[in-house]
Amino acid sequence: MEVIRLTFVVSVVALAISSVLGIPVGSWMGLRRFRGRGLLRTLIYTGMGLPPVVVGLAVYLTLSRQGPMGDLEWLFTPAGMVAAQVIIAFPIVAGLTSAALEGLDPEFPLQVRSLGANARQEAAAMLRQARGGVIAALLAAFGGIISEVGAAMLVGGNIEGKTRVLSTAIVLETRRGEFATALALGGVLLVLAFVVNAGLLRLQVTPRHPS
Amino acid sequence: MSQPPAFQIDGLRRGYGGGWRLDLPELEVGRAEFLAILGPTGAGKSTLLRLLHFLDAPEAGRVDYEGKPIPFPAPLEIRRSIGMIFQRPLMVSGSVRDNVAFGLRVRGQHDPRRVDDLLTRFDLMHLARREARLVSGGEMQRLALARALASRPHVLLLDEPAASLDPGHAAVVEGIIRDTHREDGTTIVLATHNLGQARRLAQRVGVLVGGRLIEIGETRDVFDRPRNALTAAYLRGDLLTEEASPP
Repeated sequence: MEVIRLTFVVSVVALAISSVLGIPVGSWMGLRRFRGRGLLRTLIYTGMGLPPVVVGLAVYLTLSRQGPMGDLEWLFTPAGMVAAQVIIAFPIVAGLTSAALEGLDPEFPLQVRSLGANARQEAAAMLRQARGGVIAALLAAFGGIISEVGAAMLVGGNIEGKTRVLSTAIVLETRRGEFATALALGGVLLVLAFVVNAGLLRLQVTPRHPS
Repeated sequence: MSQPPAFQIDGLRRGYGGGWRLDLPELEVGRAEFLAILGPTGAGKSTLLRLLHFLDAPEAGRVDYEGKPIPFPAPLEIRRSIGMIFQRPLMVSGSVRDNVAFGLRVRGQHDPRRVDDLLTRFDLMHLARREARLVSGGEMQRLALARALASRPHVLLLDEPAASLDPGHAAVVEGIIRDTHREDGTTIVLATHNLGQARRLAQRVGVLVGGRLIEIGETRDVFDRPRNALTAAYLRGDLLTEEASPP
């Protein structure tokens, strides 16, 4: 049970942090023209394809006792796992949010402004307009986080009752030859992913009023 | 002392691909005036409307609004006193009612009676709860006008406001535009290809060809006694494209 709870908490906290950082950065990149935008976009898109195990290794080295952030003592803790997951998920949220906004009609912001929107209201209207794409960004990020095993294993250490999550538990049970348990955990992982995705998809269809 | 005009244009220029898409040495639009701008496709009508709405910056010259020079980007209150119907209206996500209420909401106003009244006048009440992006082109055009009128703008800029309407609804929309001008004293600038509409509604008519205003005058004078040969050709239907350049 602790495994399920921890999986849920780590994934949802990581998704929340990635959204809080990624949606504004993606909006900025998608809506504004500024110097270095092309470079930023290339970096973010590269980040979308980062191998989790490489992220895990980098975070491991950063958080290890000799590493630059060793004082935090986050290695082999859920906080360290969240940090790694955020690095994996943030570029996905930012990149796909930006792409969703760029897909809107180029005249749309002008028409929203014409209706009297200020800059903040305009950005909000555009995000609402691109809501389907933004929710898809969150779904993709969540999928990446919850199924991820490399970084969770390296940074978390798969410590029972402390940092063991469903994906790392499945690896462990499979290695032990406990295939039935591994399969059962896989089923639980699927159900958990289904529940969170269903929740996110509800946001996609719920009509929202302009503010 | 008389009121300053709604718009006073001085040496206004906006470029496009090397040439001037719009080049207006001067133009004045009086308070509560109804001015129609005629001209072939690509003549610069939409460009002019965007400049008058302060959504776009001129490359040269200036537009004074109600007697004051306006910087770019224009202050929010200035933009909010002007409403515009775009040629291809885009709906914000939400219902038809949400769209009509949008301008009021962004101003922090809540006036469901005003929204209901507009939905009724524009024959949109039966669609109020429908997702706005899914209604037909004609319905969208009526919705766009209802949405722009909700906040009672001082100035209304109309870019082909009846292009996708059936004759019945076109007449309804024309009636509402006429009432808005007469009863509310709204200044209206109408860009259109529809000569009949301009003739029925406008007090003055300007003819824009190749980014230049080749003629402007009282509606009846321009239609009955055009002074410019290009105006006469345009009114006859002999001037088709944006390639027509001013004399």
